[in-house]
Amino acid sequence: MSIELKNVSKHFGTVPAVQDISITVPEGELIALLGPSGSGKTTVLRLIAGLESPDSGGIFVRGAQVNALPVQKRNIGFIFQSYALFKHMTVLGNIRFGLKIKGWSSERIKARVQDLTALLDLHGLLERYPHQLSGGQRQRVAIGRALAPGPDVLLMDEPFAAVDAQIRQELRLWLVRVHQELKLTILFVTHDQEEAMEVADRIIIFSKGRVEQIGAPQEVYEKPVNEFVARFVGVMNILELEVRDGVARREELEFPAHGLADGQKMRIGFRPYAVQVSSNITAYRYLAVLRRTYFLGVMLRLEMELPSGLILRSRISKEDYARLGLADGHTVSFQIRSYRILSKEDEPLGAEVATAYEVPPHLGEGI
Amino acid sequence: MNGPDNTISSAPENQAQRPGRDPVHWVLIAAALLFAAVFLVLPLVNVFAQALSLGLGPYWRALIDPDTRSAIRLTLIIAAITVPLNAVFGVAAAWAIAKFEFRGKAFLLSLIDLPFSISPVVAGLLFVLLFGVNGLLGHWLEVHHVRILFALPGMVLATIFVTFPYVARELIPIMRAQGREQEEAALTLGAGGWKTFWHVTLPSVRWGLFYGIVLCNARAMGEFGAVSVVSGHIAGLTDTLPLRVEKLYNEFDPVAPFAVATLLALLAVATMVLKALLEWKTQRER
Repeated sequence: MSIELKNVSKHFGTVPAVQDISITVPEGELIALLGPSGSGKTTVLRLIAGLESPDSGGIFVRGAQVNALPVQKRNIGFIFQSYALFKHMTVLGNIRFGLKIKGWSSERIKARVQDLTALLDLHGLLERYPHQLSGGQRQRVAIGRALAPGPDVLLMDEPFAAVDAQIRQELRLWLVRVHQELKLTILFVTHDQEEAMEVADRIIIFSKGRVEQIGAPQEVYEKPVNEFVARFVGVMNILELEVRDGVARREELEFPAHGLADGQKMRIGFRPYAVQVSSNITAYRYLAVLRRTYFLGVMLRLEMELPSGLILRSRISKEDYARLGLADGHTVSFQIRSYRILSKEDEPLGAEVATAYEVPPHLGEGI
Repeated sequence: MNGPDNTISSAPENQAQRPGRDPVHWVLIAAALLFAAVFLVLPLVNVFAQALSLGLGPYWRALIDPDTRSAIRLTLIIAAITVPLNAVFGVAAAWAIAKFEFRGKAFLLSLIDLPFSISPVVAGLLFVLLFGVNGLLGHWLEVHHVRILFALPGMVLATIFVTFPYVARELIPIMRAQGREQEEAALTLGAGGWKTFWHVTLPSVRWGLFYGIVLCNARAMGEFGAVSVVSGHIAGLTDTLPLRVEKLYNEFDPVAPFAVATLLALLAVATMVLKALLEWKTQRER
């Protein structure tokens, strides 16, 4: 079902959790709510579910306002980060809970449980209690329980955070498949940009209780609206430039002034893939020494130091790395093929620029 | 998608690495056992030995004495009234304290603990001061012919006061540890408030609740101080089992007080066994 939030705000005590958020989720989409912890993404999920009520603003489902509609009547499936399985019930008891509440006949319940057992590969687990299950199994039971009553929308709070890497990968693929099969609207919360990029049709990026950007994965990656998004989604080289003699400079690097006068400042950003490297030191204008190579699967990330000490990051395929015969300590030449202006003096581009925010090292790997 | 199931198996400990070969280990265990034997087991055994010292006949006659039977009945009635009331109150208070934020929460929490910190005799006196002839409500009660002191209502009130904390105190940590998520899950699955309470909240703490009730019951049946102050010690009318034991003992009866005491001792043993069982069960609820 389509969901719309109009100017929604929510405070916990005096702490603002969500500030004046407006988003629209079309029917049938798979949406990621992405942001660092404390950015309000889980609160938005709980507001949609009805587990929290907004201080102001409206929540609309298929055009009808549901602010006053209690959780039970919203027909949503909610998956908690901790799964919140009923510990005193078996897997079967958990899955049929919502069906019994709805007063389904026992034949209908039986058929539904069979369908879900097949869909979620729960064979042989139905008589077990939650404490007898592994993390991945609990996750699937939680999904089965949420899907059983046939919700219009599935809301998932950090669904893959608590399972190990290999199972997480399988669950992601599974989620995409289930989304295609069931044609459900699914919203899931994550702080993992790679997960959001891989799974979602569209990503809503949160920071400090506000929406920074909404867009398809490629869109937010290639056209971030501000520095926060640029830094949070993928790796970005960010430079602060100052205009001297009509040229914007940082150490030895020079860029067009973009209409700024001498003494004015500008911030730019560029992705590692925009930094083109050659082993031929006369091929490009700038020189640098390779300091460290990170292996990211089929791609490698190079950390290179310019003569001035400035560090830039580049990305290169394994084949190119081998073809150019590169290794740590080699001197290379490079050029910056494209960049984005993040902000000009007196003319900020984004609504908010979170300069203090550091992308955790485990995020951004592989992109 | 089937991951290895490593949550229920626990690796067997290496026997050679286990501590316990140290003599200090044995000394400590022996000291603890000796202490328990002298101060706990011996008196208990003595109660039974004294009770049966003249054989089963006198033992049985002591138990079927009309005043003793009346004391048994009264004790059961008091427990039957107080335990359910305190169970309901305990669940409500624990639920409110563990799962909601409200003004006065800390106050309610200390109020629940109050009976633990007040001497039962003082607790009994509180009711005398409240309902006695010269008490706060004494005159009004007299005029309206309501008997509270030296009658069942007063004894029930005193017992409720003393056994107030047991259920709530047992449930609060369990409910806190569980959080609100299971209940929220039930709500998202369409369950209303009552259904959530009956099918999720209550069953998920059932062993802890049972444990609290067992403790509450043991204390309700065994309470002496508070009940003694408000009962008036009318034989066959307001004597409970503990009061009956004292009275028989003061009459220098060689068998009867011990015979009645065996009933309370058996209650204690049954409580201990249930406690051990339920503690094991509640571990899984946390």
